[in-house]
Amino acid sequence: MRRVGVIGAGHGRFGRRSDATVQELAFEAYRRELADAKLTRREIDASVIAAVPEYHKQRSVAGVVQEYLNLNPAPTWLTEVACASGSAAIRTAWMAIASGLHDVVAVIGCQKMTELSTAEILALMGRVGEVQWESVFGTTFPAYYALFATRHMHEHGTTHEQMLLTAVKNHHYGAKNPKAMFQKPISLEKALASEPVASPFCVYDCCANADGAVCLILAAEERARSLSEHVVWLDGLGAATASISVLRRPDLTSIPSASQAAEQAYRMAGVSAKQVQVAEVHDCFTIAELMAYEDLGFCKKGEGGRYIEEKRAYIGGETAVNVDGGLKAKGHPIGATGVSMAYEIVSQLRGEAGERQVPDASVGLTHNVGGIGQYCFVHVFRRE
Amino acid sequence: MFSWFGMVSFVPYTKVHEFAVWLKEGRLMGSVCKGCGHTTFPPRADCPECLSAEFAYKEWSGRGKLYSLTTIAAAPTGFEEHAPYRIGLVELEEGGRLLAWLGESLPAAEATVGAPVQVVPRILGEREELRVLYSIERPGTTWGRSPFAAG
Repeated sequence: MRRVGVIGAGHGRFGRRSDATVQELAFEAYRRELADAKLTRREIDASVIAAVPEYHKQRSVAGVVQEYLNLNPAPTWLTEVACASGSAAIRTAWMAIASGLHDVVAVIGCQKMTELSTAEILALMGRVGEVQWESVFGTTFPAYYALFATRHMHEHGTTHEQMLLTAVKNHHYGAKNPKAMFQKPISLEKALASEPVASPFCVYDCCANADGAVCLILAAEERARSLSEHVVWLDGLGAATASISVLRRPDLTSIPSASQAAEQAYRMAGVSAKQVQVAEVHDCFTIAELMAYEDLGFCKKGEGGRYIEEKRAYIGGETAVNVDGGLKAKGHPIGATGVSMAYEIVSQLRGEAGERQVPDASVGLTHNVGGIGQYCFVHVFRRE
Repeated sequence: MFSWFGMVSFVPYTKVHEFAVWLKEGRLMGSVCKGCGHTTFPPRADCPECLSAEFAYKEWSGRGKLYSLTTIAAAPTGFEEHAPYRIGLVELEEGGRLLAWLGESLPAAEATVGAPVQVVPRILGEREELRVLYSIERPGTTWGRSPFAAG
C-alpha cells in the first residue's frame, strides 16, 4: 500500500453562519485549501464529503457541494457516522489513495446546523441513542454524556470542577484561534454558574452547535512529495465501534471504541501514547475530554480529572490537547469537526499554529467520536 | 401495539410488539432464546448468540440498582413541558439494563448511584390513545396509573 500525506488544508470560520449556504461554507475552506496546496481543481481525482444529512434541508449534499466547487465530473460520495463523519471521510480518502485507485483526493467536511432550533437539535441528537427503548423517555445527547459523568464521579471521584477545567483550557486556547466560534477566555466561576443542561452538566460543559466547513487534500506519497515541501503523513489509522445503546455498554467511565481505535492507530504508526505531543480530542462534553485522556493512554483510567488539574493537557505540560479551542470553543459543526481536528494537527506539525504552537511538534493525533462512542476514529499524523 | 410504549412513540412496529401488551398488564418482560437459552432485556426477537429467530417472553422482577442518573433541564422537542425531569439507568437483577424516568416515590436523597430500586409498569392516563411505560421507584412500589401529569 502507498503512503498517504496531507498536502493542503483550508479552514472556514465556525459559528452561526446565517450568511451562507452549506455549499458556500464549503467553498470558503476549499478556496484556501487549493491555494495552500498550490493545486488546480483539475488535479483532484475525487472528493469525499463529510456531513450529517438530517440537519440540511438540501438532500444529497455531496452532489451539491461537488457542483458548487466545480469538481464535476470527478466522483464524490458522502460519509456519515454522526459526529465522526469527518474522520470517516479521511479514512475513506486514505483507503482510496493507498489502494492505488486515486492519487489526489479532497476531503470536505461541511455542516449547517443553526437553521434548526436548539430543541430540534436536542431531539435529533438524542435519537442517536436507541429510539425504541431510550428516546421515548426524552433523552438528549448531553443527558447521555451526563450518565457517563455521573458514573465517572461515582467510580473515580472525579469532580464537576475538574470537568469544567477542560472548558476553561479550551476557551483559553479558543481565544487565540480566529476561526473559533467563541474567542473569549472564561473563568471556572463563570462556568460553574451557567444554566443547568443535564446534571451535572451546565451550559459550559457542552459544545455549541455551529456551522462551518474544512477541507484537506490528501495525496499518494510520490505526488505528495512532488507537490509539497511540508507533507504531513497520515501514518496511523484506527477505528472501532461500540453498542448504539447505553444499556449495553460494559461500563460508563470510558469509550471502548476509543481505546481500541487508539491501540490500532499507535500500532500502525509505531508510536506510543507518550510520544504524542499534540492531540485533538472529541470534547463534545467536558467529561468526554477527561475520558479521552484515559482512553488514549495519556494517563491511567480514572486519573483524567487530575491530568487537567495539573495542567498536563496545556502547552508546556505533557500532551497539549485541543489547543485550537476544541469543540467547546471552536464550535461543533458535526460533519466538519473531524476534518477540523486534522487541520489543526497539520498546522501544528507544519509549525504554522502561531501563538498556540506546540514547540517542535512532530507527532500529532486526532480522536473523533461519533455519538456516545458508537463510532470512533483515531488518526496519528507525523512530519519528517 | 408497540406504538403504546413510551412518553412518545418513535417505533410503531417491532417483532417484540407484545412487550407493550404485557406492560399494560403490569408485567415487565424480557426475552429468552428458544435455541440457546440466551436472555435479554430489553427483549429482542433475534438471538445475537445463536441467530435463532425463536424466542419466548420471560418475566423480570423489575428489581435492580440505580446505575447512573441525570436531571434533564434542556429538553428536546416534545418534552419541553416536562422539564426538568430525571432519567436513570437501572441494572436489573435478572440481567440487562433499562432507561426510564425516576418516579415521585424516589426523592433526590434516595436517588443515588447504587441505590436499590423497583421498576414499575405504568399506564399514562388522560391521553387520546393508550400509553404504557415504566418508571423507576422506591423498592416496594407497585404498579398503577402514572403519577406523571398527562400532557
